[in-house]
Amino acid sequence: MTKAMPPGTYFWQGNEACAEGAIAAGCRFFAGYPITPASEIAEHLTKRLPQTGGVAIQMEDEMASLGAVIGASWTGVKAMTATSGPGFSLMQENIGYAFMTETPCVVVDAQRAGPSTGQATKCGQGDVMQARWGTHGDYASIVLSPNSVQEMFDLTIEAFNLAERYRTPVVLLADEIVAHMRERMEVPPLKQIALVNRRKPKPGNDAFFGSQEVPPMPEVGAGYNVLVTGSTHDAYGIRQTADPLVHQRLVGRLVGKIATNADKIVQFEGSNVEACTIGIVSYGCTSRAVYEAVELAKKKGLNIGYIRLKTVWPFPSTIVQTMAHTADMIFVPEMNLRQIFYETERAVHGEVPVFSVNKIGGGEMITPEELLAAILKEVKSLD
Amino acid sequence: MRSYLRDLRLPFCPGCGDATVMHSFLRAVHELGHKDLRKFVFCSGIGCAAWIPSPYFKADSIHVTHGRSIPVATGVKLMRPDLNVVVFGGDGDLAGIGLSHLMHAARRNLDVVVIMVNNMIYGMTGGQVAPTTPLGARTTTTPYGSFERPIDATRLVVEAGASYAARWTTFHRDDLKEAVRRAILTKGFAFVEAVSQCPTAFGRRVGLKTAADLLRWFEENSVPLHEAERMVEKDLAGKIVVGEFVRRDFPTFSQTVYTMVKGAMKRG
Repeated sequence: MTKAMPPGTYFWQGNEACAEGAIAAGCRFFAGYPITPASEIAEHLTKRLPQTGGVAIQMEDEMASLGAVIGASWTGVKAMTATSGPGFSLMQENIGYAFMTETPCVVVDAQRAGPSTGQATKCGQGDVMQARWGTHGDYASIVLSPNSVQEMFDLTIEAFNLAERYRTPVVLLADEIVAHMRERMEVPPLKQIALVNRRKPKPGNDAFFGSQEVPPMPEVGAGYNVLVTGSTHDAYGIRQTADPLVHQRLVGRLVGKIATNADKIVQFEGSNVEACTIGIVSYGCTSRAVYEAVELAKKKGLNIGYIRLKTVWPFPSTIVQTMAHTADMIFVPEMNLRQIFYETERAVHGEVPVFSVNKIGGGEMITPEELLAAILKEVKSLD
Repeated sequence: MRSYLRDLRLPFCPGCGDATVMHSFLRAVHELGHKDLRKFVFCSGIGCAAWIPSPYFKADSIHVTHGRSIPVATGVKLMRPDLNVVVFGGDGDLAGIGLSHLMHAARRNLDVVVIMVNNMIYGMTGGQVAPTTPLGARTTTTPYGSFERPIDATRLVVEAGASYAARWTTFHRDDLKEAVRRAILTKGFAFVEAVSQCPTAFGRRVGLKTAADLLRWFEENSVPLHEAERMVEKDLAGKIVVGEFVRRDFPTFSQTVYTMVKGAMKRG
């Protein structure tokens, strides 16, 4: 029986790396609907998951895909779906449901240029706010942003780990470029991959929806008589559709378990963060241009530093605030018309001016030269 | 009967048919020798009928988003083919917003039981027109009478490939129970449509004020399938055709999926 791929060096497409990361994380069920640029994840998993004894199916739409994933998750297995913007929009109802019912699952959104059908084959980063606020009501999101094929593998595993630890849906917010490009990557020995599994109840437990920050999760068919509902419910899963206290307690805890653990959840990469005079905050494919822009800026004698968000939500405010203490200006390049820019502004609270560098359409990335030019323009106006 | 239920007060309006459907289902379960519901998982969406299992059945139940009970049941069944997965829902949930999932589950011969309680109206939201509302019926969103032809969900699932499909009304309690029993015994996709009375949101607006009025209407308007087959379309207008529409045996979805999985594991 073929399990996860043996450790070694591979030349994979981002979507393949994501699919293999899911298998390495212990994913047993995938349901999806075809969409560019995420289809290769479905294609790869429909081939590979059955080899490992798992099930991967194509459903009739995205609502059904995430619905089936949620059903599978309640049987005690790790489950995932993958889509892009238009499908991500359709999944919002069940993302809210998974959040409300504390159903661990992973949703991959390989972003393309939107809104609507937009430019289906072209890269965009326009779903950042949707990943945070896409479903209705009060909620908190965990959203990861890979910037390489390696991270399509690593952060898919991390997405499963966070989903299992916090009993919540986790979004892997990829983009067309990271999803479709091929590059060298390493699969570590399985023993070196830390995996998290949901906490199971002990005999006598019956409060599966309260009394602890992250309650233990039973599975169906095990005699727990578990009641799962997307309606407001008490610790035992009984619907309480009018009681203000039950709603406040439930939604407060669901948001709180992510908000209060933000420091444990958040991951970022940084360079010269605490001493730079010019800072950059970036994520996903755009951050690949930042590395080179930073080198170009150093050659020009600029004291530059950067933060690269691996976790987009919860937003890594603390490190951005740290950067703001020394920086004279912060730049936020992104392939949308300002999304993380606003969150950065909010975090620095006026301590330092924040400039956005934006580019949309045609899948054209912001180049290192364009980013450098934008930085030099502001530096000059400061002189 | 009580051993299958949690100690909670039922939420249904006086005269609601949901209690009859609930009772018919549990009688069938009892006849099949299940002392409890441990071997069952229930999935339901949004609407009054979705509340039949959740939270009243002493069992695992997943009460999901509107229309998506069948997809969730698909995930449960594929990962736990040993369990009886039963979907409860109304006509709006299953033949309105969730119709596509119903068709695809029948097409796949997904081995679950779907019990559709058809009260011909959106009851929980206050009596809006449903895809099942009879032509001309007055509802809160068709104040001049419905101008749409109703859908026949049972015939649709037959065409889509269901292994079992039957329609009865809450007047035909024993037939309904028997249909549920056969549905549970069916290997593949089993569909039972229970035409049911909603005096609160439907009956009182169409001149059938009480549950008794509605049940009498069901009795008088029902035509057994074998008789309906000899009738012309004009004479069947407004009638409820009842009976067992199909009962057949072919490979189920979880069987075909796991045959594929086993092959893939061997080839590795």
